[in-house]
Amino acid sequence: MDLGTRKILDRSFTAVGITSILLMAAALLVVIVPIFTGGIGAIFFKGTVEHRKLQYNEFGKGDLAVIRQQTEETDIYRNKVYAMLDAFESEMELMEPTEKKKYRSQYTKVRKVLAHLFGPLPGDMEPILLRYQYGTTRWEKAEEALHDLMFVSKWDYSNPDEMAKQYFVPRSDEFAGTALAALFPYMENSLEKMLLPEMTFYWGFITERSLDAHIFGGIWAEIQGTFFLAAGAMLFAFPLGVIAAIYFTEYAKDNIFTSILRSANSTLAGVPSIVFGLFGLAFFINTVKVSESKSVLAGSLTLAIMVLPTIIRAAEEAILAVPKTYKEASLSLGSTKWRTIMTVILPAALPGIITGGIISLGRAAGETAPIIFTAAVSVGATIGIADVLNSPTPALSWNIYNLASEHEAASEIRHVQYGMVLALISIVLLLNLSAILLRARISKKLKG
Amino acid sequence: MQEVLKQNIVEKRILAPRDSRKTIGNINVPNPRMVCRNVNVYYGDKQAIRNVSIDIGCNEVLAMIGPSGCGKSTFLRCLNRMNDTIDSCRVTGEILFDGRDIYDPSVDVVPLRAQVGMVFQKPNPFPKSIYENVAWAPKIHGIVESKSDTDEIVESSLQKAGLWEEVKDRLDQPGTGLSGGQQQRLCIARAIAVSPEVILMDEPCSALDPIATAKIEDLIEELRAQYTIAIVTHSMQQASRVSQRTAFFHLGDLIEVGTTETIFTKPSHQLTEDYITGRYG
Ligand SMILES: Nc1ncnc2c1ncn2[C@@H]1O[C@H](COP(=O)(O)OP(=O)(O)OP(=O)(O)O)[C@@H](O)[C@H]1O
Ligand SMILES: [Mg+2]
Repeated sequence: MDLGTRKILDRSFTAVGITSILLMAAALLVVIVPIFTGGIGAIFFKGTVEHRKLQYNEFGKGDLAVIRQQTEETDIYRNKVYAMLDAFESEMELMEPTEKKKYRSQYTKVRKVLAHLFGPLPGDMEPILLRYQYGTTRWEKAEEALHDLMFVSKWDYSNPDEMAKQYFVPRSDEFAGTALAALFPYMENSLEKMLLPEMTFYWGFITERSLDAHIFGGIWAEIQGTFFLAAGAMLFAFPLGVIAAIYFTEYAKDNIFTSILRSANSTLAGVPSIVFGLFGLAFFINTVKVSESKSVLAGSLTLAIMVLPTIIRAAEEAILAVPKTYKEASLSLGSTKWRTIMTVILPAALPGIITGGIISLGRAAGETAPIIFTAAVSVGATIGIADVLNSPTPALSWNIYNLASEHEAASEIRHVQYGMVLALISIVLLLNLSAILLRARISKKLKG
Repeated sequence: MQEVLKQNIVEKRILAPRDSRKTIGNINVPNPRMVCRNVNVYYGDKQAIRNVSIDIGCNEVLAMIGPSGCGKSTFLRCLNRMNDTIDSCRVTGEILFDGRDIYDPSVDVVPLRAQVGMVFQKPNPFPKSIYENVAWAPKIHGIVESKSDTDEIVESSLQKAGLWEEVKDRLDQPGTGLSGGQQQRLCIARAIAVSPEVILMDEPCSALDPIATAKIEDLIEELRAQYTIAIVTHSMQQASRVSQRTAFFHLGDLIEVGTTETIFTKPSHQLTEDYITGRYG
């Protein structure tokens, strides 16, 4: 191959390499940026007076005097709205049945939106679900609701060759000439005064439990559940994995039995996680009966089995990477095999072993499938450390899936979903980062 | 194809079992510390040492020379049973240390290796501080109890190894940060810290420059007063400088043993002569 060809080859490799790295970075950016902005939105947002009321009533946080005063302030404006409703209702009483019918459904819609904004309206029954007891807690949701109030959405089917188009007509047109017509401009102008949005730093999103299936409140139960599951998994898998790795590298003879064990381990590393989930259900819950039904314990055990092969692999590689000369030096000084392993080989292999452990911890924290059948519930109370043996727990990974796909108000709580994703990603990234730092520190200490 | 076949036949002939060759020279010494009789070593089916018998005397330096692959390291590693760590390795025959067979099943290799220390070809200090490198083995053997005991043993070992002056101000620094020659002397200090009776050295200077080599040779000369030393070396000059007796190995056989002077001036075996005059290997 002549020089020219080699140069062209070199350059094209470089170009392709750089392009693929850039592509990956771009893809990462496309994923991370919305998660980050969306997730931050769960903590920093414009909160309304309803948010402050909720915080006070449910968590005892906030200044009662301020909340009282703000409630009075907003009630002045809200009462005007309620008065308009009253006026329109009396007007309707006097209408012809056909005319009345014309307004009935539109009016119901108006009431629904208003109840969504302010909480139960005068004359409504006291709602049972918490989500109906309060108005909109987030200002951007209030603005969406206002839009719903102001406009009726319609679909344009006129052109059969095109997809139907959505368009909006002002709702006030429908109520022209009635007592309710004045409501719409009034709402548009005074909504802020009825809700008093303020920039809110809602730290409680991380430290508080969720209320009414994540409609309100935070994600502490999920964070804690994830922590229990991942920590529990490591509690089982890490010591077992390291011991197995020591056995493989230092004790196992090269025979058929060992190679069967080795290939079993490699196979296990490649098994899809859902299979581990089913195995956990079948084995830990149905056969061994570690708990009546789903529990943190069963989930941890399942996750432990899932990450075990990875830990064994990492530890084995780390131990094999320790220079043989250390071992020889130690043995030639009359140290026992056991002491050589404990005081010479393991310390030298520690950075690699710990890295493997922390990466597995991150994986255990992030996996969904193994805990579906063994540990996770969609909504649950925060559990204490004493309950891990027999209580299931909510967990970030599973609840992200659940909120996105199965929650009845999925579109209303996007911020919670983003917040959970951000929390999970942060936890995993933080773990990986600490692995890198720890590794660097220990290697530095070893090298000096 | 033909050539490959031919090659295989040739290799077979070399590897085929054959009788050991007789050793020339006096294998006995008046006051032996270690006595080896009819030692055979096999790696799997392959025999690496054939029927070797030799004594190693008190306070002498025995040099082992021979072409690469002749089994010097293998034989040396039998003397403190380091070969046990190789699964395929099998040793037969008798190796007596102070009259006791070290391959007897009742023998515990742990104290044996403390008594028969070893220094390797490549300096291999632990990734610990200089102090810890030396103090580690005395600690695990319970030789030292207090901190002052340890300090004392570290200082005396480093002094014996001729390293004390160079490192006394930086004992807490990692042993791996020393120069190659210093590292090798550190390994020697580490080996003598457990007060062994025999020190085995496998080409201890092969990775060192002439100055560091000279220091280690001086050190060996000094250590001889207290210890018995067996050293493998590829340098004829080194063998003649440091040793009292020399053993010449060839393809697993011990060809000739004698005082260093005799071996280097009037070798009896043709192979020995070829080797030391540089016509071989
Ligand atoms: N672990 C082992 N497994 C199998 N064969 C081995 C092993 N170690 C050494 N041998 C073989 O035993 C023979 C003697 O090796 P040894 O290392 O003792 O030679 P040596 O004299 O020390 O050589 P050098 O001067 O190159 O160090 C060689 O043929 C070598 O290939
Ligand atoms: Mg050798």
